[in-house]
Amino acid sequence: MTVTRSGPAQGTAVAPSRGPTRTRPKGLAGLRRHVHRYWQLWVMALPAIGFVVLFAYVPMYGLQLAFREFDFTAGLTGGEWVGLKYFRQFFESPQFWTLMRNTVVISVTTLVVGFIAPIALALLVNQVIGRRRKRFLQTATYLPHFISIVVIVGMLQVFLSPSSGLITRVAEMVGVSGANFLGDTSAFVPVYVISEVWQHAGWNSIIYLAALASVDTQLYEAARIDGAGRFTIIRHIDVPALVPTMIVLFILNMGTVLSTGFEKIFLMQNPLNLGVSEVLATYVYKIGILSNQFSYGTAIGLFNTLINFTFLVITNQVAKRLSNTSLW
Amino acid sequence: MRLSALSRRTPGDIAFTIGLVLTCALVLFLTLYPIYFVVIASVSDPTMVATGRVWFMPQGISWFGYEQILADERIWTGYRNTILYTVVGTAVNLLVTLPAAYALSRREFKPRRVLMFFFAFTMFFNGGLIPMYLLLRDLNLLDNWLVFILPTAVNVYNLIIARAFFENSLPEELYEAATIDGSNYFQFFLKMAVPLSMAIISVIGLYYLVQHWNDFFTGLVFVRDYDKQPLQIVLRDILISNQAFSGGAGGAGGSGGSYAQQYADQIKYGVIVVSTLPVIVLYPFLQRYFEKGVMIGSVKG
Repeated sequence: MTVTRSGPAQGTAVAPSRGPTRTRPKGLAGLRRHVHRYWQLWVMALPAIGFVVLFAYVPMYGLQLAFREFDFTAGLTGGEWVGLKYFRQFFESPQFWTLMRNTVVISVTTLVVGFIAPIALALLVNQVIGRRRKRFLQTATYLPHFISIVVIVGMLQVFLSPSSGLITRVAEMVGVSGANFLGDTSAFVPVYVISEVWQHAGWNSIIYLAALASVDTQLYEAARIDGAGRFTIIRHIDVPALVPTMIVLFILNMGTVLSTGFEKIFLMQNPLNLGVSEVLATYVYKIGILSNQFSYGTAIGLFNTLINFTFLVITNQVAKRLSNTSLW
Repeated sequence: MRLSALSRRTPGDIAFTIGLVLTCALVLFLTLYPIYFVVIASVSDPTMVATGRVWFMPQGISWFGYEQILADERIWTGYRNTILYTVVGTAVNLLVTLPAAYALSRREFKPRRVLMFFFAFTMFFNGGLIPMYLLLRDLNLLDNWLVFILPTAVNVYNLIIARAFFENSLPEELYEAATIDGSNYFQFFLKMAVPLSMAIISVIGLYYLVQHWNDFFTGLVFVRDYDKQPLQIVLRDILISNQAFSGGAGGAGGSGGSYAQQYADQIKYGVIVVSTLPVIVLYPFLQRYFEKGVMIGSVKG
């Protein structure tokens, strides 16, 4: 199946680039010759192709469930066609705006803060003089990246415990008493975002540090001769050097703007903060898996994916226009 | 070269340096202190921890938490399962990813452009949770330990990194020489490409390893049978679901309230240490590989 799919494309890909001396039969015959000649490469690629077809493309095909009435006997794509019924049901449901607001607030805050923090950290680490000190700082800051999400949320639980938590006690010292950070609707987003930054800023800064390391040192020397202070150098040499990397990472982050953090948000949820912590991804899980409303869950999931995809395409186009940097 | 910046001692530079040192110290403290605190709290008298008398040194050493943890069957089952899933899973990952990455790196393999799009597209668009769940149900993978291995057999990001490495670091002359010696693609891949690419193979292997070790989602969504659950699910039940504070998030499994309440926190600190220890111990040895991975990955995003 995959073989035939790539058939015509390989024919067209070959023709224009190669000279007339290497004309090849097009279409199916060309494919057969190609497979015959390079069968070893096909054998090497096939397991990966097979897994991706099965576990990525079959679920995409199964998305039509969002437009069908799920039928246990008929399976993934067999139920009766109901069109946009489940989308309408979702848009008209009382949860819709709450879910949208929560999802957008958490995603956008994480996107903005989580995007700036690694850049700031990279600029900071880059200022440290001495290779070993620099490496130590860098290595220490990305250690938390490897702690699992469950353990991170477990740490939040013990640190933010209203009765005995470390951070609760520190908050008391500065005059905030009786705080219940995990049960407070106004604290959920800050706790989520700050812990995200704590965990990932160091790791995400590696790529920026690499970009900074490749800056031509003559630029720094020229700037110093011109009498630039260290802040001026950061602003006019370091930051511009990071812009291309920033754009690519920003586009990539935009593509996941509404789907990040299912696991962590789910683990941080409790009855007290549910009003601000229920997001599209956790809702899909509860509707689809826990209460078996498969079609409705698929529709909400598809809605989520489509928004992500739209964000990605728009950001990519804007970036292409403004700076000639893009993913495709 | 940067040393010359230090030698300039204008008041502005000195102020900058002081600010820099203070900021770095603060960043280091904020990053490392929480981890350090978990360690000392896990061996301190829980009452002294709860009343705020433990800050920098453990107080009233108590191993009760660890004794409870080591006696807890769930932790060991979780550990055993996670090790199994990680070892088998990573092996499958590498066996599937590397040959494909090599094939896709060969310029004469014409369909590779189409295939790369076919792979990369799945990074941005997917079927979502429910179709995946129903597919796994139809394949009888729910409650089956293979669900930890098969659906994640290929990570497209790792595939792209490996392909870029093969493409850029294996000289074409090497392949031509090997062909003259009568080597085919399989032989060349096994005898030349793999040995020459151990750097990238270890990087990708580590990426996969950490991914399996920290996998919580698969166990949560696709597995009900508690004996098959990985460590992360066990951790969730001990650390989060059995909480005696903040209202209690609803959760399945676990046996709540079996420990004296004052020891509950100590056990949690201990569980965090026990479950994170392998990562922390290996970290100094592994971190340069991870860094290398990020660098190579950034060459061809």
